[in-house]
Amino acid sequence: MSMTITEKILAKAAGKKTIKAGELVNANIDIVMCHDVTTPPAISMLAKHGIDKVFDPEKIIVTPDHFQPAKDIKSAELHKRLDEWAKRQNIKHYYKLGRAGVCHALLPEQGHIRPGDCIVGGDSHTCTYGAFAAFSTGIGSTDLAAAIATGQLWFKVPASIKFVLNGSLPKGIYSKDVIIAVITRIGVDGALYKAMEFTGPALAKMSMEARMTITNMAIEAGAKNGVIGFDDVTKQYLDEHLKEKTDYTVYESDKDAEYESVEEFDCSKLEPMVALPHLPGNGVPIGQCAGKVMDQAYIGSCTNGRIEDLRIAAEIFKGKKVAIRTIVVPATPVIWKQAMDEGLFDIFYAAGCVVSAPTCGACLGGFMGILAQGEKCVSTTNRNFVGRMGHPKSEVYLASPATTAASAVEGKLTDPRKYM
Amino acid sequence: MSKAHVYKRDHINTDEIIPARYLNTDDRAELARHCLEDLDKDFVKKVKKGDCIVAGEDFGCGSSREHAVWAICGVGVQTVIAKTFARIFYRNAIDNGFYVIELPKQIDKISDGDELAIDFKAGLIKNETTGIDIKFAPLPDFALEIINDGGLLEHIKKGATD
Ligand code: SF4
Repeated sequence: MSMTITEKILAKAAGKKTIKAGELVNANIDIVMCHDVTTPPAISMLAKHGIDKVFDPEKIIVTPDHFQPAKDIKSAELHKRLDEWAKRQNIKHYYKLGRAGVCHALLPEQGHIRPGDCIVGGDSHTCTYGAFAAFSTGIGSTDLAAAIATGQLWFKVPASIKFVLNGSLPKGIYSKDVIIAVITRIGVDGALYKAMEFTGPALAKMSMEARMTITNMAIEAGAKNGVIGFDDVTKQYLDEHLKEKTDYTVYESDKDAEYESVEEFDCSKLEPMVALPHLPGNGVPIGQCAGKVMDQAYIGSCTNGRIEDLRIAAEIFKGKKVAIRTIVVPATPVIWKQAMDEGLFDIFYAAGCVVSAPTCGACLGGFMGILAQGEKCVSTTNRNFVGRMGHPKSEVYLASPATTAASAVEGKLTDPRKYM
Repeated sequence: MSKAHVYKRDHINTDEIIPARYLNTDDRAELARHCLEDLDKDFVKKVKKGDCIVAGEDFGCGSSREHAVWAICGVGVQTVIAKTFARIFYRNAIDNGFYVIELPKQIDKISDGDELAIDFKAGLIKNETTGIDIKFAPLPDFALEIINDGGLLEHIKKGATD
């Protein structure tokens, strides 16, 4: 029976030969991602049920990132609970302050994501890891507790929608523009409960960093997972990043696998996209919103806080000054050091930006760049819901690092191509 | 009897249900005090134990924070009735033993303030204010088992000792 890559990985995880969309399966989990907001409640639940043993201390990856470094007493208490638990459980891969980073940038970088794996995490953007030909999905704290304790979870096998990214990206257009355009076309629930499988010539040319931006935002269309097949680009990234367990199994969708629908996109015709408040699916080409005055620019997060993103922004900032407050957040310590070594910090400093420690910070309205009433922020993050980055009457405009940097320079939404 | 608090909008997201500024705690009573704060700051003043929330499509989209379910349970809401639910919220609800009702078509038959009598087993909402009966598809059996056991962890524990 022909299957999609999502079906194949879930079949393997459930110990079955074949599987089809709609079926309920109990899957073995290869990696569980834990962070400081959703894991402490899971730990409490486990304690309440008298469970004090994790299924496998090597398969649980822990990093505090949302309120890291602790922003107040309450978040310090969350970190303390996480810390005590991780030590007690002998969690092998526990990334503490100094090595902690935004989870979805950190795990692939540190070599924890392998093709063919079934991965869950206590965070909705866990779908990011699907860029590595893995099945990966976000869960809440109870599911997390169950996964931590048993190494298993039930899933309803999702039907898949195929997205064929045709053509090639014009100058100044990035994977962020592509995914905003995709979500705008299908709607923020356009892939509800579904798998979004991305393929096509435009995707083939993208780096792993760029691909992760795409799968990262699958949840913004309601999807259970986003997935991209394995190729030479994947292999090269893995060769450079996998440290232990360098073996993996590559699954690919059968040619005649069943898709609920197939969506074709011509990337050659794309413009820089901005998702207007308050939905990631409110995308418009920059031409329709350029000139809108901003108060803040934010470059960071699991969507666009990787080195490639910082380089793109720095290229635009070179020799210029920002007109509004601009916050740059390298997503992990490795990215932070890379940016410093490459001289990007000098460029950010000279332009008048501030560079922060790796953290989720203001992406979720935590701290380090909260918006006041009525303020507007152009941001490389993935969500622009009401109140996402601060006051319920503030506004977030989602864009690529290039568009965000160009907008920071002019203090208003700006087409980045004029600076290229 | 359950009073309906109707928010017709689609895509009511987890940031509105419980904003990130309160995610530094998982204390349910504390979370409950801020339930739906960014959508309707008067909600917690209006809501009574046993009431229900009625909404449009894709309720609970966004973050995986279970805090959203805890905040809603915490104020004593009996159920959420929505045209559709976002995937993680739906799952979190079941995991907590919290019954949610998917009602794709007839949501317009419930107005703000209507009194409802809900029979979860039969899949029937009696709108006592208008006299209209609304049928819904009850949750699948495996979800009902989890809810009946009081949540996923209770369900797993029970399975382990059965
Ligand atoms: S960077 Fe933002 S979207 Fe990504 S995990 Fe952190 S809070 Fe969530």
